[in-house]
Amino acid sequence: MEALDIFTSASLWGAVLRIATPLIFGTLGALICERSGVLNLGIEGIMTLGAMVAWMTVYQGADLWTGLFVAAVCGGMFGLLHAFLTVPLGLSQHVTGLGITLFASSLTYYIYRLALPVSSSPPTIEPFQPLAIPGLSDIPFIGEALFSQTAPTYLAIFAIVVTAYVFTRTPLGLAIRMTGENPHAVEAQGLNPVRIRIGTIVVGSALMAMGGAFLTTATFNSFFPTMVQGRGWVCIALVVFASWRPGKALLGALLFALFDAYQLRLQHVIDNAIPYQLFLMVPYVLSIVALVIMSRRARVPQALMAPYRKGER
Amino acid sequence: MRLERRDNTPLVLMIAAPVVAVVIALALSGVLIALAGVNPLDAYYEMVKGAFGSRLSISETLTRTTPLILTGLAAAVAFRARLWNIGGEGQLYLGALVAAWLGHSLASVVPGPLAIVIILLAGMVAGALLLLGPVILRIRLGVDEVVTTLILNFIVLLFVSMMIEGPLKDPLAFGWPQSVPVDREVLLPKLLERSRLHIGLLVAIFAAVVVWVVQSRTVFGMETKAAGLNPKAASFAGIKLGKTLLAVACISGGLAGLAGAIEVTGLKGYVTLDLSPGYGYSGIVVAMLAGLNPIGVVITAVFVAIVFVGADSMSRALGVPSFIADVIVSISLLTMLVCLLFTSYRVRR
Repeated sequence: MEALDIFTSASLWGAVLRIATPLIFGTLGALICERSGVLNLGIEGIMTLGAMVAWMTVYQGADLWTGLFVAAVCGGMFGLLHAFLTVPLGLSQHVTGLGITLFASSLTYYIYRLALPVSSSPPTIEPFQPLAIPGLSDIPFIGEALFSQTAPTYLAIFAIVVTAYVFTRTPLGLAIRMTGENPHAVEAQGLNPVRIRIGTIVVGSALMAMGGAFLTTATFNSFFPTMVQGRGWVCIALVVFASWRPGKALLGALLFALFDAYQLRLQHVIDNAIPYQLFLMVPYVLSIVALVIMSRRARVPQALMAPYRKGER
Repeated sequence: MRLERRDNTPLVLMIAAPVVAVVIALALSGVLIALAGVNPLDAYYEMVKGAFGSRLSISETLTRTTPLILTGLAAAVAFRARLWNIGGEGQLYLGALVAAWLGHSLASVVPGPLAIVIILLAGMVAGALLLLGPVILRIRLGVDEVVTTLILNFIVLLFVSMMIEGPLKDPLAFGWPQSVPVDREVLLPKLLERSRLHIGLLVAIFAAVVVWVVQSRTVFGMETKAAGLNPKAASFAGIKLGKTLLAVACISGGLAGLAGAIEVTGLKGYVTLDLSPGYGYSGIVVAMLAGLNPIGVVITAVFVAIVFVGADSMSRALGVPSFIADVIVSISLLTMLVCLLFTSYRVRR
């Protein structure tokens, strides 16, 4: 019964939002890219880069928000590189994305090692503190679970709302979605699908980097290699799970985080009876399951992964 | 300015592309080396010396080449059929784990040489089975295999960790998470005395030749190429896409699994979680640099091995972080992609 008691603790539900935040940023970033027709497998590397850059900026004396901002800018720059290779040049989005991931993560490790010599325990910074929303955070249970998060978590949810609004209610959103479905039609409307795609990839990549940055400025307080741990790939799976819709992406990230937070606590309850690795596998297995369930009904953007070259079909 | 498709690709361009790509990558990485306060030319000289300077360093470079040939082939075979197998790392580890398990228990039952053959085959089967899952999901349900193979890498690594801390743990390893060692009888023979170089290198080169013959001289090879270039046309021509992809998956996963089995029986003797410094991912770069050509893979695998072995010794001598090797290799992949574009397109005003 102890296993079920976990669900009634407010700390579990607080942890859900905390664990979900990097996933929300990452999934939203990947979703924005894919809605305009470009798969961005650079996500894992860009998240790693964002994690290091934000941490390093703060470690050098800047404040936390500057750290997040610098991470977003660096992520956007790698997005621009990905965009240049996949949109005007029309290279394979799979291989380019992997190349960006390998490049961004190796560059991250190189610069980190260059700036800081090897030490047994990584240096730390003062991370984001929970921001209790006056009034709401005093509500028992719900207050602790929902309204005592760090500021970037609220920002992530705000970003989802803004994206959903832009996609469904603005001409810009319509143009982005149309670019993902049929870039030739966009061209016929007098818009430039190449520019739209480059723009979405840059914005999407900046969001991915902020997801990584959250790990080092809020979840933990230091950077270490391989800390992203496949979260980027999970985000790519979550986009499919969400059928390319921002609202469902939020839901997917929260569900995923709920399982993750639950398995962490379950480990303590069950103790050593089951190898801890089995628990750690759960999130990865879940994302494959989510892919399998949703792949059939998913409404894939029709022009996803099809490079657009003017005058070429 | 616009890109226009070439009717045919001159051979000179095919050969020039990887060379140009690598030169640009080295120049760009040179900037990063200069950031570390070291003259890039000095650094590259140290790298070449570290990879070729002595008998020992040459043998080390070739030892590193072995798994890279196999994972490179695994990627090349799959990519040619547009099967995005990014799970080479996981397949390698599963092959390694099976090899360690059998290598520990089999030698007492079966004579050495036969046991080696069984172990290597078992490693291949393990790798192939691991890739079959995602491929069947793709064929049956349309699940993108890129994400599934990538995520499987993490699952396999956790599984390996579970095994070497559990049922396959070496009780004599002072608590280190390390698998049981393979029996001395099943260790691969050395190719060069007083070195770590083993006959796995010959196995890998042999595999490259076999893949080349199959791809260029058999109906099956032609079918895989057709399935990759234009699945619809291939299917109209009577090629069974599903069957072809399954066969390609078995070969690709098998090669990656073989890489793991050879690392264990030829070099390490047991499995740890740092068995592979990302051979599965580097294999993708090896394959792309080679333009997916199996014979080219052997050459580009040597290049990547030089970078890694050379960077290690350069790092010791000059203090540039050895992560520079990964940077060089990953930039090479990106520059190669651009160079490849210009082998099939030309710029028109």
